[in-house]
Formats: sequence, C-alpha cells, structure tokens
Amino acid sequence: MSKEWPLWEIFIRGQHGMSHRHVGSLHAPDEEMAIKNARDVYTRRNEGVSIWVVEAKHIAASSPEEKGPLYEPSNSKVYRHPTFFDIPDEVGHM
Amino acid sequence: MYAQLVKTAGSGVKSREEMSENEQDFQDRVDSDQKIEPKDWMPDDYRATLIRQIGQHAHSEIVGQLPEGNWITRAPTLERKAILLAKVQDEAGHGLYLYCAAETLGVTRDELTEELLSGRMKYSSIFNYPTLNWADIGAVGWLVDGAAIMNQVPLQRTSYGPYSRAMIRICKEESFHQRQGYDIMMKMAQGTEAQKKMAQDALNRLWYPSLMMFGPSDKDSVHSAQSLAWKIKIDTNDELRQRFVDQTVPQAKYLGLTIPDENLKWNEERGAHDYSDPNWAEFFDVIKGNGPCNTDRMNTRIKAWEDGAWVREGLMAHADKKAARKQAMTAAE
Repeated sequence: MSKEWPLWEIFIRGQHGMSHRHVGSLHAPDEEMAIKNARDVYTRRNEGVSIWVVEAKHIAASSPEEKGPLYEPSNSKVYRHPTFFDIPDEVGHM
Repeated sequence: MYAQLVKTAGSGVKSREEMSENEQDFQDRVDSDQKIEPKDWMPDDYRATLIRQIGQHAHSEIVGQLPEGNWITRAPTLERKAILLAKVQDEAGHGLYLYCAAETLGVTRDELTEELLSGRMKYSSIFNYPTLNWADIGAVGWLVDGAAIMNQVPLQRTSYGPYSRAMIRICKEESFHQRQGYDIMMKMAQGTEAQKKMAQDALNRLWYPSLMMFGPSDKDSVHSAQSLAWKIKIDTNDELRQRFVDQTVPQAKYLGLTIPDENLKWNEERGAHDYSDPNWAEFFDVIKGNGPCNTDRMNTRIKAWEDGAWVREGLMAHADKKAARKQAMTAAE
C-alpha cells in the first residue's frame, strides 16, 4: 500500500532581517523531514537563516473570483497614498 | 530544450469569435503579461499541455543526473568531484521545483513518476547519449547546459506563474553548471595532445545531439502556434537553435576546437551562422526509445523507484505512528 508523502509549503527568511518568504513546496513524511528536505532543496546557496514549513492542506487561500469585492474598496481610497497631498516646496522635506 | 516535441492539446489557435467568454478573458490576461495562477480559470488544453511540458522538463532534470552521476566516482581530482556532486544535486533540486509546479495543475507526483516509468512521458533525447570519458562531462556542462539555459531564460516570462517562478530559480543556478563545464573544456583543450583529442572527440559526439535539444525544425513543429499564443513557448525551436549556434561558435574557437560541421559559416546577410541540421531521423529514433542509452536510463530510474519503495512507505508509517502517539498523549492530558 503506497501513500504519497504530504505536500509542504516552504518559507525562508534571508540574512537581512526580511520576513519569511514563500519559496516553493516539497513532499516529506513529517515536519522534521520537511525542514531537512527544505534545507537541501531551497538553501543550497546560503539563501536563508530560518525555515518555516506548513503542510499545504492547512493553508487557506482567497479565491480569484473574490478579487473584486476583496480589493475594490482600497481603489477608492487614494488619499491613503502620501502622493495624494500637495505640500509646497518651501515646507521642505516631509 | 529540455521539453522537446511536447504535443499541444486542442485543435490549434482559436479566433476571437470562436472563443468562449472565459477563453477571451484568459487570452487577454496572457496577452497583457499577467501571470496565470493555479486557482485561476484556464482552458483544459492549456492545463493538459502544461502538465506534459513541465512534467517532461522535470523528468529531464532527473534523468539528466545519470550521465553525469556516471563520473562522480571517477572525477580526476577531489575538487572536480565536489563540484560535479554539487551540480548533480542541483539537477535533482531543479527536478523537484518543476514537479511541484506541475502538481499545482492537479496531477500528483506519483502519477508523474509512473508516466515516466511506463514510457508515456518522455525526457530530453540528449540524456540517451553516453558520457564516455571525462571530457564529456566538460562538453555536457558547456553544450547541454548551455542549450538548456538558452531555452529556459525566455521561459522565465512564461504565462503560468508557478512555472515561471521555477524557471527564475533554475536560471539563477544554471549558469554555474555551464561555466564549470567550460572550465573543464579549457583545461582539457590546453592540456596534453591526448587531452585535447578527448575534448575534440567529446565535441564531435555531442554537437548534433545538443542541437536536437531544441526540438524539430519549425516546419515540422506541429501545434507550436497555440503554445506560442499561450506563452508557454516563447521562441520557436529554430530561433533558439540559431541563438545557441551563434553563441557557441566563438566559445569553441577560444578553445581551439573545431565544430564538426563543414557548412558552418558566418552569413553576413542574415547576421547569423549558417549550419547543418542534425540528423532528424536519428532524433525521432532516439525519442522512440532506440538511442544508445534509453533502456539503461529507464532501467536505472525503475530500479531507483522500486528500491526506494520501502523507504517511502517506512517513513510514512513512522510519521503516522508518531502523529497517533502525539494525539493519544494530548487526549490523555
């Protein structure tokens, strides 16, 4: 009876204080092996100093059809961007 | 190209009127260089073709470890051995990135492996040629990885997000592969008379198989218009092959080696080299399974899969047992 190893999503934090970033996925029987495999598959060139692994089935994702209702509200709020406001040059750097 | 002769699903490029509304939206997104992501709507034929293409690409990375693995224990120095080991390990990694990209399209890893082992899915014809001496390892890195890069660089812009991201990662790593190959070739070509002969012999044997990597000539390349429209193919086979020849000629010249083609010459008018086509009958024959190493490569992969079964099953059983124990302990608390 063969059963495929579950899929894990791999997140790696690089050297310079950045957040963990999704780099890809891999198969492993458990979280311990997932971290070991992630080390071999995704950090062969010193890409990171910390690895997170999450079994793919535990990730909930927004669906493309919701794109409108989810992101539309931010389109109408251009004043959230600093460039919305005209500040006179003589005020100096702001 | 690592994926040659990928049959594009469907009946060819549809006109705007023939497309459904979904298909029109999809094509608009592709045309405006937006990436298609796993959960997005996509035509069934796009999905099917991509599974074939990415699967074949992944299989090529995995089977591609075999000709080079052949020389790990016989590398001439410890440094060369360590470098070759790192390169072959990279190829395994590239295979894994690509399998994961294919899996986002709804096919499982085991299904892909079984398709390869049953011969229903192919890998690049180049890996059905043997690596007979150390110079072949140089020539493989220089020519085969060179040809692969030529194909993979444009594919970084492919329309399917996961495939594009895998390609970006692979291209970053691949340049080391070609350079280590050229480094071996330089050493051999500048070495003793016997070494130089080996280098020339490797080039003689691997030149045409490398040209075949880009797939059949455009005039015999069926269905490629649809793949181009979907942007899962960016350049035609002949465009890539031409680029490869033009890039390789000065590299061979620097080595003092002769490309085995009497018709190879600069064409001022075209601004490109004229060159001889490989023997296409041989190409189709190798694809069919009759190359020098097809049987050997498949037997090696089948043996690895079968011999590894107890490890895959054992680790899974162990993980299940550990999880059950943990659950029982939590329940008892």
